[in-house]
Amino acid sequence: MSDVLKVPTMADFMAQGKQPEVLFWVGCAGSFDDRAKKITKAFVKLLNNAGVEFAVLGTEESCTGDPAKRAGNEFLFQMQAATNIEVLNAYKVQKIVTACPHCFNTINNEYPQLGGNYQVMHHTQFLKTLLNDGRLKVEGGKFKGKKITFHDPCYLGRANGEYEAPRDLLRKLEVELVEMKRCKTNGLCCGAGGAQMFKEPEPGNKDINVERTQEAVQTKASIVATGCPFCNTMMTDGVKHQEQEQQVQVMDVAQMIADASEL
Amino acid sequence: MQYIPNILFLLLLVAGVGYFTKNIRTVIRNIKLGIPVAINDHKKERYGNVARIALGQSKLLKRPISGALHAIVYLGFIIINIEVLEIIIDGLLGTHRVFAFLGGFYDFLIGTFEILALLVLVSVILFWTRRNVLKIKRFLSPEMKGWPKQDGNIILYFEVVLMGLFLLMNSSDYALQQMGAAHYIQAGSYPVSSLFVGIFDTMSQSSLVLLERTAWWLHITGILIFLNYLYFSKHLHILLAFPNVYFGAITPKGQFKNNQAVTAEVKMMMDPAADPFAAPAPDAPPPPKFGASDVMDLTQVQLLNAYTCTECGRCTSECPANQTGKKLSPRKIMMDTRDRLQQVSKNMDTNQGVFVPDGKQLLNDYITTEELWACTTCNACVEACPVSIDPLSIIMDMRQYLVMEQSAAPTELNATMTNIENNGAPWPFNQMDRLDWAKE
Ligand code: HEM
Ligand code: SF4
Ligand code: SF4
Repeated sequence: MSDVLKVPTMADFMAQGKQPEVLFWVGCAGSFDDRAKKITKAFVKLLNNAGVEFAVLGTEESCTGDPAKRAGNEFLFQMQAATNIEVLNAYKVQKIVTACPHCFNTINNEYPQLGGNYQVMHHTQFLKTLLNDGRLKVEGGKFKGKKITFHDPCYLGRANGEYEAPRDLLRKLEVELVEMKRCKTNGLCCGAGGAQMFKEPEPGNKDINVERTQEAVQTKASIVATGCPFCNTMMTDGVKHQEQEQQVQVMDVAQMIADASEL
Repeated sequence: MQYIPNILFLLLLVAGVGYFTKNIRTVIRNIKLGIPVAINDHKKERYGNVARIALGQSKLLKRPISGALHAIVYLGFIIINIEVLEIIIDGLLGTHRVFAFLGGFYDFLIGTFEILALLVLVSVILFWTRRNVLKIKRFLSPEMKGWPKQDGNIILYFEVVLMGLFLLMNSSDYALQQMGAAHYIQAGSYPVSSLFVGIFDTMSQSSLVLLERTAWWLHITGILIFLNYLYFSKHLHILLAFPNVYFGAITPKGQFKNNQAVTAEVKMMMDPAADPFAAPAPDAPPPPKFGASDVMDLTQVQLLNAYTCTECGRCTSECPANQTGKKLSPRKIMMDTRDRLQQVSKNMDTNQGVFVPDGKQLLNDYITTEELWACTTCNACVEACPVSIDPLSIIMDMRQYLVMEQSAAPTELNATMTNIENNGAPWPFNQMDRLDWAKE
């Protein structure tokens, strides 16, 4: 693989009079947050490797409005939604994939009433279809036999009922999947949702991400797998807080698959 | 003279059912204070939910111990109440065990009721032990002090007394049947109450009749008092659980409703033809209030939720904020909403049915901003609720009020929102740098 990532934009496709197979919605974290950018790149490598013709909006992408809505600013949310929908509809976008469950939830569930109707997939769901279609190879590689636990992102799991796609991919990596006590429908939040990511927590006796990572560490897993850039940050910070970063790594499922194939 | 018991019974029944009806009408009036929501979609799916979640108790059973105990009490209660039908007919007509003509089937029914009554009795005692002896965390939260704790116990005492009276009524009846007392037709089988019929051996027939009659009257009076207690109690759930589950959301939990008043405003702002400086038309409706600061700003479904809450605390025990010591408790959100609604209700009762502003509201006087801002919108509370209550939607509506009507978001969130507005991202990065990652 070359070091330069192939990341065409919708404008590029438009200029050639073509439509990509899918639009990759990168999201704010995926674009700007250092840890999340690694997830973005890993996912792009997988897309390139599988020969998926995708495009991004690049500088035409803007926050979906999820944190604004959940912080109570419905007006700002709907302004963001209207702007994004205008752009997406102008490009006649039909299918969207994103590595952020918050973007996934917002575009999938809250944009339709505002005029944005697309088929939206979380990247783990999309990777699974690639796998099923034989376009993507997922092999254990260096993760084979390792003890791994998956932290369910609230906005993928409870919010949208997707528990299996990420786990199916992990199983394909031939890992030993161990579950935390609070998993799937009972999964405990990492503490970032509802715009908490952007503020100090209210007074309490513990931070939520610490509570959650303690549970993850107790499983004795060497990797905490996630499917959300915000969970990823929260869990990484929680692991650090417990001074466990030597023993426990936090990785997105896409990063693991890319790593396993040494992309 | 011989009709006096029948007339007394009729009066008792009319008073009991009448007062209950009045209270239910108050509940309906109060729920109608909320914003109407037209729910007439997905009927099949909704009835399916009622069948599974309410009738079938599917979510309750996720916690096997309290779930199984509840299933017994619930089933027992419903089935034993078939007997109430006979009691009412007997009371009105002066008959005794009017269904006795059913013969073997009657024996089967009464036998089943007795066994269920015993099971209910045992379950209720276990419920009481859980509440008062075992230190179960969800019964110990701050919002469970005082009346809510008492209420929880009163219900259990009610059940014990009612089941006890039912069995006492049957056993004395059985003893009388064996004596061949006049009026006491030989009917029914008494697998439970026959076990302690021996204690009546020394009693005369007349005092046994007195005992049987007393138990019979106290039992039906108790049921009517219980019926009227519901309105003042979390026990209203035994009726409201069904409609509440019917109206529960069937959309994905992550889908929060879009405020349509805002949609209209955004459309106008985005419309290049609209004049942003135009004065509003003189007949324009007043600008809508965004979000909720009091119960009248909530929807009727949210108010129904508040009346339905069983105060079980399963929501709170799953809440990440609550588990880490924050003040937020989704159960308290529901209890506060009901308490405030009851306060508004009393206000209306004393003011000829019109609410006179009392200088109070749900926000601050009941629910603090500290609680509201602690929520991660994780939906754990919604998932946990066995009766399809959505505490999160109330939290969201109240946040909306804080931000849109009062600009009262925490400072860091104001910065976040300014960033989104100006840069299209919650952090202060330039939108033009959004693709830089691809080149790094
Ligand atoms: C119609 C007859 C019903 C009766 C007699 C009844 C009785 C009771 C009683 C006695 C309790 C208190 C338990 C305790 O002390 O912890 C209770 C709690 C509860 N009930 Fe019911 N109930 C009925 C119907 C329902 C229905 C239809 C539902 C809907 C699923 C429901 C849901 C609940 C829940 C969620 C609790 C809290 C349980 C817990 O603490 O885990 N009930 N009920
Ligand atoms: S949605 Fe909010 S109130 Fe409900 S469990 Fe999660 S943090 Fe608690
Ligand atoms: S909202 Fe639901 S889960 Fe929470 S206390 Fe009430 S009934 Fe129980």
